[in-house]
This record gives sequence, C-alpha cells and structure tokens, in this order.
Amino acid sequence: MEHRTVIDSHPSLNNPRAPRKKLRNIHHLSPFWNAMAHIGIGLFSLACVYPFLFVVVLSFTDEQSLAKNGYKIIPEQWSVEAYTYLFRTGNQLLRSYGVTLFITVVGTLLTLVIVSLYAYAISRSYFHFRGFFSFVAFFTMLFGGGLVPSYIVVTQVLHLKDTMWALILPMCVSAFSILIMRTFFKTMVPDAIIESGKIDGAGEFRVFLYLVLPISLPGLATIGLFAALGYWNDWFNALLYIDDARLLPLQSLLMKVETNIQFILQNAGVGGAADRTDMVRTLPAETTRMAMVVLATVPIIFAYPFFQRYFVQGLTIGAVKE
Amino acid sequence: MKGLLRWLKLVGRNKALLLMVLPGFVWFLLFCYLPMPGALIAFKDYQFSRDGFLASMIESKWVGFKNFEYLFKTEDAYLIVRNTLLYNAAFIILGTLFAVLVAIVISEIANKKLAKIYQTGMFLPHFLSWVIVSYFVFSFLSVDKGVLNQFLTWIGADPEFWYTETKFWPYILIIVNLWKGVGYGSVIYLAAIVGIDKSYFEAAMIDGASKWQQIRNITIPMITPIIVIMFILAVGGIFRADFGLFYQVPRDTGALYSVTNVIDTFVYRGLKVTGNIGMSTAAGLYQSVVGFILVLVTNFIVRKINKEQALF
Repeated sequence: MEHRTVIDSHPSLNNPRAPRKKLRNIHHLSPFWNAMAHIGIGLFSLACVYPFLFVVVLSFTDEQSLAKNGYKIIPEQWSVEAYTYLFRTGNQLLRSYGVTLFITVVGTLLTLVIVSLYAYAISRSYFHFRGFFSFVAFFTMLFGGGLVPSYIVVTQVLHLKDTMWALILPMCVSAFSILIMRTFFKTMVPDAIIESGKIDGAGEFRVFLYLVLPISLPGLATIGLFAALGYWNDWFNALLYIDDARLLPLQSLLMKVETNIQFILQNAGVGGAADRTDMVRTLPAETTRMAMVVLATVPIIFAYPFFQRYFVQGLTIGAVKE
Repeated sequence: MKGLLRWLKLVGRNKALLLMVLPGFVWFLLFCYLPMPGALIAFKDYQFSRDGFLASMIESKWVGFKNFEYLFKTEDAYLIVRNTLLYNAAFIILGTLFAVLVAIVISEIANKKLAKIYQTGMFLPHFLSWVIVSYFVFSFLSVDKGVLNQFLTWIGADPEFWYTETKFWPYILIIVNLWKGVGYGSVIYLAAIVGIDKSYFEAAMIDGASKWQQIRNITIPMITPIIVIMFILAVGGIFRADFGLFYQVPRDTGALYSVTNVIDTFVYRGLKVTGNIGMSTAAGLYQSVVGFILVLVTNFIVRKINKEQALF
C-alpha cells in the first residue's frame, strides 16, 4: 500500500508558499533516522556474516604468512595449500563427511516417516486414543529423565554405543515437530477430504499416502529441514556415544582437530611411520582447520534459501494453535 | 470382561491409526519413558552390573538422598545453579530487548529488498553449530593470532589471555549468544508487527502523530502480548542451559569453569569425565524437577493472560 501525501506534521512545511521539493511517503522514517536504521541493522547483519567470511579468507591464507601475521582479513599471501592438502590426506575428512551425509539422509527420512504418521493419527478427531497418544508425545516436552539415565538406556539396554544408530535414533523424533505437523494436518487437511476418500473405498493408509501427503509437502519440508539441520550440526550424540574414529561425524571431527590436528592423519591411508611424521611436519595446521570449517558449512549456505523460507513458516505454523 | 471386549473392539476399529502411531510410540517409550525410572539412580549407589541395566538397577544399594547431600555440599552446586540462572536471565532479558528492537527497526525500513537482505544475514548464525561458532570465536580471541589481541597490540595495549581470564567470559558468552539468536528471535516479533492493522497508523498520522509516537503508542502496545508470552515461556526454561554454548565456545577450558560451568555441563562431566554417576544423575533430576515445576507455573500464568497462547 502506498500512501503519498503532502501532509506533514511540521508546521513550517505546511506553508503553501514554501517550495515543495518532493512528496515524501509519510509511512517512512525521516532521512536521518532512515540512515541510522540502515547503518545499525546493516552493521549487525554484517557482523553475523563476517566471521564466516573471515574463516573463508583464513582457509585461503598461506600458512607461513598466517603464522607470521596472525589472522588477517586481507592476507599477505593467498594459498590453496590447505585444500589440496585435505584432498591429498583427508581420508578421515572424507569418512566423516560420509558419516554425516549418511546420518543426515537416513535420519531425516526416518524422522519424516515416524513424525508424519504419528502427527496425522493424533490430528484426526475420530481417532479414539488421540488424547492418550498426544499426552505421550507432549509430556516429553515438559519432563525427562535426564542425561545420565538416557545414556545408560542407549548404551546398556539398546547397546547402541559405537554404532551409526547412536547418531540417528536418539534425535529422530521430537515432540516439537509432531506439534508442528499435527497443527498443519489439522488446519490444512479437513476431515471432509478424508471422508470423501473413504467413501471412495480407500483405507486409512491409502488416504494418507495419496490424499494427505501430497497437500502436506510444505509441512513436511519444514520438519524435514529442521531434522536435516539437526543431524548435520550434531556433535553431542557423538560426544556421548562414539569412540570409534571411523564413525565420527563431521562436527565431531572438527572438535577433535581443535586441539589435535594430527588426528586428521591418524586414519589417512598414507605409507609408513616415516611418511607420516613427514606429513605432520609439513601439515598446514591452522589453515587446514579453517578449510574444514568452510567445508562443513558450505552445504548449509547452499541450502540456505530453503531454510529461510521454511523455518519462518515452521515458526508461524508452530505458533498457531487451534 | 465386558469392558475388555469393548476396548478390544475400539482397538479393532482404530487399528490403522494405531499402527500409524506405533513407531513413534515405541520411540517415546525407549528414549523418553524408559529413562524416567532410570532417574532413580539418583537415590542409589549405582554400580554397573554385567547382567545389564535392570540387574544394575536392582543390585545397586538404595542410599536415599545421599547423592543430593553430596551435591549440595560441593561448591559446584551453588556455582552451576548461579551460572545457569544468571546467564539465562541475561539471555532472556537482552535477547527479548534486542529481538524486539531489531524487529521494529526492520519493519520501519522502507526499502523492503534491503530489509530482506539484512534479515538473511542475521539468520545465518542460527543455522551454524556451536562447534563452528567456537572456531569463529577463536579467530577473534586466539592469544597469539587473534583479531582482538592484534588490535590491542596495535593501540599499544598488552595482549590478553582470553582463554584463561574468567572476568571476560560473562560478556563473551552473552555477546555470542545474542549474536547467534537475535536475528532468528526477531522473526516472531516482525510477524506480529506486520500483522498490525494499518488503519491504526493512518488514523495516528491524520492526527499528526510522529513516527516515534506511533512506535511508542501503537507498535509496542500491539506486540506487548506476544512479548509477554514469549518472555514467560522463556522463563519456564531458565533452568536449562544451552550445552553447546557453555561447552564449545570456551573450548572446555578448565580455568574458566567457575564462570562457564552450568548444570548441563556439570551433569555431562559427571557422567563422562569424573564418572560420578550418582551425583550427576541427582543434578540432572534436580534440573528436570525444577524445570518441570517452572514450566507448569509459567504456563499457568500464560493461561491466565491469554488462553490461546498457553502450551497446554
């Protein structure tokens, strides 16, 4: 809506004989405050992006000039050594990338299936046990046994320690995504549609698969992205349950090399001990770390446009209650 | 008998939907409800048994509130509760303040394209893990190469040992937390502002209200209900700390524990580092129970204000 008008609260400008330069939209701030708003918000926005850009620059810095000058936004000498090094010796990195990719894909699919089925069932008003199962899900938002009992259950009852499942199962369902999906099904999929499907003779599962899911894609995208981001960024489950380097996800690898960059070489498929010490000596430690941070973040940057769209949507769906 | 029959009939009639909830139900049982009785470890002298979890639970001796007594006798008990509460209080108050401020300013920016770009930038930190963020922070605070020490040397001051000096960390943690959360936090307020009926502003302008008067007398009062609700809900979670922030950003540095140790990190270290299972479980249970009560109380208050916004 554009509202252009010459009315201004300032009396001197209301003088009809004063020359009017141009019509100003009175919905807008005065030029001074407008500039201030742009500077303030712009700077904050820049501050949010800057560290990432900084790390990208550091990863392309020459190791020697970094050691000499410290972290600089404009390096004395550029270099791609860190990346070529990683691609030469980064078996561990590749493995961790694979682990993270695997748990992200499998975990997200599992989340989508379990959450959408559960949420759909408790969104139907004719489901007789709706109340009970809603309580089962939502009570977990309020109370939990705590970290230690969960740890003991996962390691001693389910025996998941040092398995891929320890990285997937503990975070594959969340009451919050069920809440979002249930609200979505409730508002977007009226019982009438289901009824029409049933009159045509389709069973509950067929109705769900062919009628409900196709119109629920935005909701699925939202919780799918929530889940994918959670798996991609997870290091906590690995911290608890994974000791085996072959199962280390990307974020945990980053944690490990924070203190011990040689870790990247331990599982590198390179020759004998002499070979390895040589590699340790020439290891561009600082820039390699930064290159790994960049490689771990790049997929998020690419998925960013989707994230932004669906996360906002998720927030708004989650906020709507029936 | 008759009741059972009726119940079975109901199960039969709902069997498709019951099958649908089954995988999720099993998950909740295993990962949420099975650990709940496990919290009884807090009242036991827990000993691992070879025969599995149930055997260890049964064979471990009951010790009553001994674990809690130990916990509250340590200096840590006071520290972790103080840190958790104070940090969270700071996060909630400053976080709300800045998120609302950012939302108002963005809504006033006329160039919607630029506003969108600013917002996109502000969102980014929310999507990054604390591990990545800790690398970012390190690039600023590293003693020998960090940006801040370069700056200090440049202006002729002495460089600081950021990762051993406790006095900086309350500020660092608060700034990092705001940096990560404000952009995303502002979304909900921005949505509320966009939803305000434009005719209020038009009427105000016809009456000659300035921009400031409009913000003070229309925008802020209109979004106050949502601010209050979000605030109260946040207070419900004040006993839970963000593990990643307090563990990753200070790089698990022992010298900083007095200002970075919170309940969540304490429980973790009890479990994985010091191996004090009983006390660790006790601390976790204490957190769960107090957290539960807080959520109930705050939800009750929210219900009083606006039934629509209550969690349950």
